[in-house]
Amino acid sequence: MSGPRTATAASKSRSRGGLLPVALVTPAVVLLLLFTIAPAIYAIFLSFRRMKVGKGLLGGGKPTEVWAGISNYTSTLSDSEFWASLGRMLLIAAFGVPLTVILSTLFALCLDAKRARLVGFARLAIFLPYAVPGVVASLLWGFMYLPATSPIGGDVVNYFGTKGIFFSVANVAVWGVVGFNMVILYTAVRSLPKELFEAAELDGATEFQIAVRVKLPMIAPAVAMVALFSVIGSLQLFNEPTTLKPLANAISSTWVPLMRVYTDAFVNNSIYEGAATSFVLIAMTVAATVLVSAVGRRIARRSTR
Amino acid sequence: MIRQRTRWIPTLILLIGALYCVLPVLWIVIASTKTNDELFSTAPFLPAFNGGFWSNLDALFSYNHGIFGRWVLNSVIYAIGGGLLSTAIAGAAGYALGKYRFAGSTMLFRAIVAAVLLPQILLAVPQFLLLAKVGMTNNYASVLLPQLVSPFAIYLCKIYSEASVPDEIMEAARIDGGSEWRIFRSVGAPLMMPALVTVFLLQFIGIWNNFLLPFVMINNDHLYPLTLGLYGLMIITGGQAAQYSIVIAGVLVSIIPLGVLFLSLQRYWKIDLISGGVKL
Repeated sequence: MSGPRTATAASKSRSRGGLLPVALVTPAVVLLLLFTIAPAIYAIFLSFRRMKVGKGLLGGGKPTEVWAGISNYTSTLSDSEFWASLGRMLLIAAFGVPLTVILSTLFALCLDAKRARLVGFARLAIFLPYAVPGVVASLLWGFMYLPATSPIGGDVVNYFGTKGIFFSVANVAVWGVVGFNMVILYTAVRSLPKELFEAAELDGATEFQIAVRVKLPMIAPAVAMVALFSVIGSLQLFNEPTTLKPLANAISSTWVPLMRVYTDAFVNNSIYEGAATSFVLIAMTVAATVLVSAVGRRIARRSTR
Repeated sequence: MIRQRTRWIPTLILLIGALYCVLPVLWIVIASTKTNDELFSTAPFLPAFNGGFWSNLDALFSYNHGIFGRWVLNSVIYAIGGGLLSTAIAGAAGYALGKYRFAGSTMLFRAIVAAVLLPQILLAVPQFLLLAKVGMTNNYASVLLPQLVSPFAIYLCKIYSEASVPDEIMEAARIDGGSEWRIFRSVGAPLMMPALVTVFLLQFIGIWNNFLLPFVMINNDHLYPLTLGLYGLMIITGGQAAQYSIVIAGVLVSIIPLGVLFLSLQRYWKIDLISGGVKL
């Protein structure tokens, strides 16, 4: 889609097809409108609404839905528990994101190392957790953390303590995604031209130097992408803390922002504030996306120079 | 000397990584062989052979009149049904966007790319509210429908169809008098097979692993998928360690199908499509 030649060639053959392409995209467009666009718009609408209790005796009478302006947003943003939940999420991300990125990069480079052994086995083994549902992974690690059943010293280390819990939740999240990211980065390493490594080797570079000085800078864009996915993933943290909650007293029902959205919407029956909180989170996701991709692009530009 | 050494450092790192990833799963396999008493009294990484495994499975599948079997069946229905339908939808849309240009196609593609970045999880609540308004929650459709369209899958199919369905072959088929629909059926779709298999597996795993959507949509435990069922089981047994062995057996049973699927389809699906398709 880049050059003018391909553009004209493409438009010649691509403008054909009559109604077929329209028919082929119709199911996707209809479903996208119904289950993505409409809910998103409806959520925006709800975030500006609130319930008004009727003025009957003793506050009785039917409650009605009225405009709330930005009061849902201000009440979310001025709620210290919201910022506390955001802080907890960031603390988990501060463990989880670097750990995911470093481990998956390290594993990908080791997989590509020339004289490594057991590569096939390791690749499969590290990828295995991806096949384990997130909820099941949390249950699995829950047993690993529980003092009564822990094979990893749960009677010595307090995995569910007020400090340990952050590491414990981050660990479940990292365990689940590290293999998937490793495969993405490994594919990126494999697609690099082999001549470069041979040239570096002729120049007397060691395997380690090639990995750090040649391969790593060249896969920097893919690493940045993995980092972006990890950041977005941590903004959506919900399954792990929710599943560990019955086991760990340290986890409250508003422990991370999405748990608060869920609690607002389904426990407190206050969908309006939940919707506002959702949009605050979406705004943060977009900001994080822009930030990480800008940083990623800068790194990529520097590494190609 | 240096050569001898360097070969073991990456191998060692990989082995530690593999151990980290496999050990919890291995522990579950071992723990599932133990009765509840043995779970707390025997060495954590030594299996027991006193028939605990079969009695755990028996207890799991007979729990609450065999509702666990129902959950397995539900997960299979959600994951296979949703996986096949969403693959067909994404394949068709991706092919149309990749191989044709029509009014609004560029804008549509941009909207889909933007939707990839939209966190699906935040849509669950408004999706529930809208479906509740039309009285469609708490059934199979409420879990299946929102998962049928995956912007990421459409994106992958578009990129793949552009790269692997040559214009020349489509042109030749046109000269032979094939209709556009026939060209899609007999040229486009077969050439897109590797992408379709990959998308199916990604969707299958995504739906099999989904927790939030059924958590939000369904309150009838006969419609629960495995993930939600196990979570409920854990909540019930949360306080009482006496039920742990049932949950452990359940965790094992929910991992095995995906493990088998992974190992058996390893060769057919191309995860490099994902890394090739996604660029910053």
